[in-house]
Amino acid sequence: MIKVDDLHKHFGGFRAVDGASLEIAEGTITGLIGPNGAGKTTLFNVIAGVLPPTSGRVTMAGEDITGLPPHVLFGKGLLRTFQIAHEFTSMTVRENLMMVPGDQAGERIWNTWFGRRRIAEQERALQAKADEVLEFLTIDHLRDEKAGNLSGGQKKLLELGRTMMVDARIVFLDEVGAGVNRTLLNMLGDAIVQLNRERGYTFVVIEHDMDFIERLCDPVICMAEGKVLAEGTLAEIKANEQVIEAYLGTGLKNKGMVEA
Amino acid sequence: MEFLNAIVALSNYVLVPALAYGSQLALGALGVTLIYGILRFSNFAHGDTMAFGTMITILMTWWMQSVGIGLGPLPTALLALPFGIAGCAAMVLLTDRVVYRFYRAQKVKPVILVIVSMGVMFVMNGLVRFVIGPGDQRFADGERFIITALDFRMMTGLKEGLAIKTTQGITLVTAVIVVGVLFWFLTHTRTGKSMRAYSDNEDLALLSGINPERVVLVTWLIVAALATVAGTLYGLDKSFKPFTYFQLLLPIFASAIVGGLGSPLGAIAGGFVIAFSEVTITYAWKKVLVYLMPESLEPSGLVQLMSTDYKFAVSFVILLIVLLFRPTGLFRGKAV
Ligand SMILES: Nc1ncnc2c1ncn2[C@@H]1O[C@H](COP(=O)(O)OP(=O)(O)OP(=O)(O)O)[C@@H](O)[C@H]1O
Ligand SMILES: [Mg+2]
Repeated sequence: MIKVDDLHKHFGGFRAVDGASLEIAEGTITGLIGPNGAGKTTLFNVIAGVLPPTSGRVTMAGEDITGLPPHVLFGKGLLRTFQIAHEFTSMTVRENLMMVPGDQAGERIWNTWFGRRRIAEQERALQAKADEVLEFLTIDHLRDEKAGNLSGGQKKLLELGRTMMVDARIVFLDEVGAGVNRTLLNMLGDAIVQLNRERGYTFVVIEHDMDFIERLCDPVICMAEGKVLAEGTLAEIKANEQVIEAYLGTGLKNKGMVEA
Repeated sequence: MEFLNAIVALSNYVLVPALAYGSQLALGALGVTLIYGILRFSNFAHGDTMAFGTMITILMTWWMQSVGIGLGPLPTALLALPFGIAGCAAMVLLTDRVVYRFYRAQKVKPVILVIVSMGVMFVMNGLVRFVIGPGDQRFADGERFIITALDFRMMTGLKEGLAIKTTQGITLVTAVIVVGVLFWFLTHTRTGKSMRAYSDNEDLALLSGINPERVVLVTWLIVAALATVAGTLYGLDKSFKPFTYFQLLLPIFASAIVGGLGSPLGAIAGGFVIAFSEVTITYAWKKVLVYLMPESLEPSGLVQLMSTDYKFAVSFVILLIVLLFRPTGLFRGKAV
């Protein structure tokens, strides 16, 4: 579905992504793990068109999508969430979700003045959809709250909610679980599995929580220092010498990667 | 009676003119604030954009006057306004296409865009002077007053008169309509919401599928309309002279910054704060005070805090105070 070919992203002399190549198969929930600063978020940013790559190629279903702007990728069904939650601060939670289909709904300028009935219908459908998503995420009581006032965890839920507003093909989740409580985290996991099975979303999930990865992801890709170290089931990854070294090197034994 | 006379004098010389001037500044500042919020730079060409739109309106007005099209008691310029807006829109879209888009694609820093806008400013300024000349142009016609000082005195029997110029009335009515439509657009239409979303968080807007070029296009269209309306109203009320529009840049920016750059509501509030301060500080208060004080205390001087020559200093001082104590402005715009 997505193929990344020898991708580089350098910041000045610093190689955040340093020749990463990987492939994400359609219909999978692929885990992406690696120590802090491994370049996972940067990789997402390049794939999603937020940052231009220094070199390398990204293809989606055979089509070259390298460097396409985010709103074009959105139109192709490629969505992502932010590690640090973003929201439209001055809009309500519901309005935040309703922004998502971007240009697809009554966005043509002349439609603003003419064809208002059709737009009103679209708005109603969108609103119903947003309410459904909010209920699913158990934050429907916050519907009319300004999104800027939400707690960190609630903002994360809103991030996930955004990806549920349209029919995506592939969704990149950057630590949606971080800062979300256990019960909710399990529910998020269920939601991801459900979207994957019932609506055929392909997911790529960055997570530091190994239980979460274990429950959801197959295969798992491990990155360190901008390179892909290993790929396989979580068990295989955990047994990989290089991976253990990468995690030990950063002193992150307690991340659950390495049994002490 | 004395008290009423004082109020009438105050209205005549301070409230009414400041209200009209404030509306003009507010419309100008709205344009500046929208550009800042969406395109993320301070557009120094805004004064000259106003002059350009007004120039087209004036040329159309003259033509209409020459063939005898008019609005009776209302100024013909109102009929010519749509043409001015269209011309101005064409101009800013062309500028965006050949100048700003190039820099946008390179994701340059706002500072560079500011300098670029200065270049655009000089070009537009030269163009306007070349076409219509650097001098004063009059294009107002129709009834001059809604109510004259004489009529007012006859009607009320007061010693002081209150004159309301047609242009002042039109300024206020037009400003209210334009601002109303703008806010409806921003809060109730999808395009308007996309603009707000884009202004709030560009990254997220892009990842939500909002097309940035379309948002930019709509923004320029709105800015062209606001600039032309503001410029035409100012020209009708005072007179049209290209250099004056360049000078308006200071009070307009002061308004936008005082209100909070990027905040439309702030731009309006800022416009009135600046206008009222400017008019009150440069007004000779003698006329009002004469009615309020006992004869023995009557002021002998003009009681004018500052000569009108210094009116731009007023905007400047207010700007400084706001930047020192509340850099985000009254309505918490983006910090400058
Ligand atoms: N815009 C930038 N400019 C300079 N350096 C950057 C930039 N963005 C990221 N980096 C650097 O690139 C490296 C990789 O960062 P990245 O955010 O991709 O890591 P990560 O794998 O997502 O880590 P974490 O698990 O902590 O989120 C880091 O060392 C970071 O400092
Ligand atoms: Mg990260």
